[in-house]
Amino acid sequence: MVFVEDLTMTVETLARNADILWTLIAAILVFFMQAGFAMVETGFTRAKNAGNIIMKNTMDFAVGSLLFLLVGYGIMFGDKFMGLFGTTGFIDPTTIGDSYFIFFQTVFAATAATIVSGAMAERTKFKSYLIYSAVITLIIYPIVGAWTWGGGWLSSLGFHDFAGSTVVHSVGGWAALMGTIVLGPRIGKFGPNKRPNAIPGHSLTLGALGVFILWFGWFGFNPGSTVALVPEIGDIAMTTNLAAAAGGVSAMFISWFKFKKPDVGLTLNGVLGGLVAITAGTAAVSNIGAIIIGLIAGLIIVFGAWLLENVFHIDDPVGAVPVHLMNGVFGTLAVGLFAIPENFGGTAAGLFYGGGLSLLGSQLIGVLSVGVWTSLTAGILFLILKKTVGLRVSPAEELEGLDLREHGSESYPDFMVKG
Amino acid sequence: MKKLEIVIKPERLELLKAILEEADATGVMISNVMGYGNQKGITALYRGTRYTVNFLPKVKVTTITDDLKAEKLIEQICSQLPQGEAGDGKIFVTDIADVIRIRTGERGEKAL
Repeated sequence: MVFVEDLTMTVETLARNADILWTLIAAILVFFMQAGFAMVETGFTRAKNAGNIIMKNTMDFAVGSLLFLLVGYGIMFGDKFMGLFGTTGFIDPTTIGDSYFIFFQTVFAATAATIVSGAMAERTKFKSYLIYSAVITLIIYPIVGAWTWGGGWLSSLGFHDFAGSTVVHSVGGWAALMGTIVLGPRIGKFGPNKRPNAIPGHSLTLGALGVFILWFGWFGFNPGSTVALVPEIGDIAMTTNLAAAAGGVSAMFISWFKFKKPDVGLTLNGVLGGLVAITAGTAAVSNIGAIIIGLIAGLIIVFGAWLLENVFHIDDPVGAVPVHLMNGVFGTLAVGLFAIPENFGGTAAGLFYGGGLSLLGSQLIGVLSVGVWTSLTAGILFLILKKTVGLRVSPAEELEGLDLREHGSESYPDFMVKG
Repeated sequence: MKKLEIVIKPERLELLKAILEEADATGVMISNVMGYGNQKGITALYRGTRYTVNFLPKVKVTTITDDLKAEKLIEQICSQLPQGEAGDGKIFVTDIADVIRIRTGERGEKAL
């Protein structure tokens, strides 16, 4: 005899297992974004530094995985002290969370960390980078996570960042900005009167491969953030893709208009910008909203990159700041404009849907508080590193290439004359 | 004996190889070079920043021949290769003091 209770329990177990399966698959997709970052960063930088970029990316994930398990997860999801940081779940976070969820959170933390390696490429001391990478996964990122996804004070204010425009991308972005400012530009980047010189990357094809891999992985990043197998994952995949597409199209046409030719690098960056921008509101906005967000993201990419180089004279080799910081901030604020009331159970809505300024206000508080926290901690860290172990390699090393000097290896030995 | 260093646009290489084969050139070395003569350069675009590429990819083909063959080659190249603009390339001719075949030790034109 089968009792209703047994059937109910079985269905519940099945539903829960389906949630776990979906979340895990999504996490694996997000993991693969590490390959995307690695290819984008090596593609847009010079061959003599390719191995170094690979090391930094690999270590971002490897070191990050370990430290996030031991400390980061606890800070993010442990019992909160004043809504600021967790105090439980260290060393063995399975005491406070399930493995699939810890793994899911780990790959997100690793995404934030690896954003910075691109902005600091081609001139950063490897050991200093390792130290920074440890600190961001250990403390900087988890605190931001605690305030938001961990149920801290920002989430209580109604701050909404579904998959991490602020939590992941702006954190990486602010740290990237601080890093590139403290580091200074690459040798030869700016001419006598601060005129920017192009330092072309060594493989646009690798860069493009990276962008496509990131695009692919984002279908885990956004829809996976439901952490449940629900119908919304389809809508979320739609907004994600539309914003990416709109970002690429917009960046292409704008660069075409501004420079008389459609620029490959900016178009690729435009796709990424659209993806970052939609990440906060991917579950909250409509398809049209997603397209508009993407179109604006592309504009931000082209003008952001131009602004950074020509006005602020900041050297960002791969465009990490326009992609992750500027669009991370924009995407977060866009929720306050484009959020649909139906997606909030009627409790909130964006400015354009009759919700007034309250959601926009919460978003702004989130953007600013995370910005201040991250810039301060990252900035101070980089300054300390600069004064102690040194942040930048010597000019001779930088000119020869980090692969040879930092790692004693040659990334493309077949193309070199062997002695 | 003469050394001919023939600098041409990469896309004309197949044509040049055919000419060399027809003239029975006994040896050929090819290298990729970057350079410019009167053709100057082009303006490229990278992530929104324009830069001038002064050095254009060229191919340098080197062959050592006897004086007679050298003149024949020069004549053939100059009639078949030109496209009518700067960038068609140049031929540099130098005298070769001696040639040695390493396998047998032969010297001079026999070694070609």
